[in-house]
Amino acid sequence: MVGKSVRRSDSTPSLGARLVVAAPYLWLVGFFLAPFLIVLKISLSETAIAQPPYTPVLDLAAGWQGIRDFLAGLSLSNYITISGDDLYVFSYLKSLKIAALSTAALLLCGVPLAYGMARAPRPVRPLLVMLVVLPFWTSFLIRVYAWVNILQRDGLLNKTLLWLGLIDQPATWLATDTAIYIGIIYSYLPFMVLPLYASFEKLDHTLLEAAADLGCPRWKTFFVVTLPLALPGVGAGALLCFIPIVGEFVIPDLLGGSDTTMIGQTLWTEFFANKDWPVASAVAVVLLVLLMAPIAVYQHLQTRGIDGERR
Amino acid sequence: MTRISSTNVVAIALGLAFLYAPIAILVIYSFNASRLVTVWGGWSMRWYAALLDDRAMIDAALASLGVAAASAALATVLGTMAALALTRFRFRGRLPFAAMIYAPLVMPEVITGLSLLLLFVAVDLDRGFLTVILAHTTLTMCFVAIIVQSRLAGFDRSLEEAAMDLGCPPGRTFLVVTLPLIMPAVTAGFLLAFSLSLDDLVVASFTTGPGATTLPIRIYSEVRLGVKPEINAVCTIFIAVVATAVVAASLIEKSRRERRPAPPA
Repeated sequence: MVGKSVRRSDSTPSLGARLVVAAPYLWLVGFFLAPFLIVLKISLSETAIAQPPYTPVLDLAAGWQGIRDFLAGLSLSNYITISGDDLYVFSYLKSLKIAALSTAALLLCGVPLAYGMARAPRPVRPLLVMLVVLPFWTSFLIRVYAWVNILQRDGLLNKTLLWLGLIDQPATWLATDTAIYIGIIYSYLPFMVLPLYASFEKLDHTLLEAAADLGCPRWKTFFVVTLPLALPGVGAGALLCFIPIVGEFVIPDLLGGSDTTMIGQTLWTEFFANKDWPVASAVAVVLLVLLMAPIAVYQHLQTRGIDGERR
Repeated sequence: MTRISSTNVVAIALGLAFLYAPIAILVIYSFNASRLVTVWGGWSMRWYAALLDDRAMIDAALASLGVAAASAALATVLGTMAALALTRFRFRGRLPFAAMIYAPLVMPEVITGLSLLLLFVAVDLDRGFLTVILAHTTLTMCFVAIIVQSRLAGFDRSLEEAAMDLGCPPGRTFLVVTLPLIMPAVTAGFLLAFSLSLDDLVVASFTTGPGATTLPIRIYSEVRLGVKPEINAVCTIFIAVVATAVVAASLIEKSRRERRPAPPA
């Protein structure tokens, strides 16, 4: 797996150089890749009242017979359960819909903010970046919880709206889809703004000046010059939000209603409340398969980034 | 382009207001004297005083700090190695390696949490603080790797080459030349790993065992039951600590940069 690590300047890799490659490599194979194979295996098992709570268990001590028994015990029953039950199907569709709509909303909020930051006077830009990043450093859980304060029935949002006379009786915000969207947009905004800002900032201003000299109105320049050039940043930002939002747990759990169940909550319930590890694993495998394509595109955008920077 | 248009000012102002208003409201209400979280009863420190008696919360906070320190230290070492591997070495399997560095950043936490838990069960490792540390290290080393890698990519190799031409062995060159130059990125990576670990609810919930409660798990179990003034106070302390650390780190970084001649663009 780990091949010869070759320093570019000389061809005999030292022990230190091998270690630098091997240690993180093996760590990720052991703690990131291998666990997925275990999830796959357990998703093909059946629930059992035992420790661990699934069957069959691979018994290597029994030799070939053990492996044969193990393979014979595997079944697709969990996948059949998932595909046949509306609860799971709706949960996946709901999560994809919420992720798609909130990514679009994040782009609508993120583009003006990132563009404004990139066009701000150069000395203020690092300060603006820090101000956008700072909330991201404070706890995600706390930031979602802060909205529970605001959105509850006698919370500040209703008080403000009543005071302004926009509504005559308190509206329900908490435990609705609107609350989930607000929570997601709020939590993921920095993830959207930073890649967008990076690509707007790198933009060659002579191109914008050329467009202006040729009489192109500013709004049109933005759509025909700026946005197409910033497309890699837009793509990176959108995927950096979309993929984790599909599997989001904390936001829908704290802000959403009991009737909106995103797939992350379904998995959580299967695991913690129902103690059904095989079904939880099958839910995870299907979620991973659904996200495979966006993850591949994201990987492509990112690794192209590394090699582009290497020069 | 020195003047900024008014639309841009409005966009920035609205964006920042949206990002900061909820946090500001939370902080203000943590000083509310009233037990009713929605009624303002004047300024008071009573919820902070109440926290001092909440043994379970203090224990969870201390446990979280320990887990965060251990996992961030491990993640910083592994992440820096990974960044060096990506930028300095050509080896077979480099692309899958890069993929494994980038994937955890977007992987939904429920999947990472579940898969790590099943691994720990499969190898029969007792669940507790150790398993949470291992899980957080895996998750956060990738963030460290990406921060350090971007610093290494825009780095003047001639200094390292000069040291090696003068007979400095590669390991020593790394310690005396490379490491001091990438130190700001390594520090930033450590802080990010620390704060991500301190903040994590989902992965910790999956990988922890009986008796090993971290602060987010504790806060979550309280928050599910509704808003409580004590929780506002805990959150305010949390925000104050993190904000101080981040601002301090960026000021140190700024003063270091100003003492050095500006690097060529």
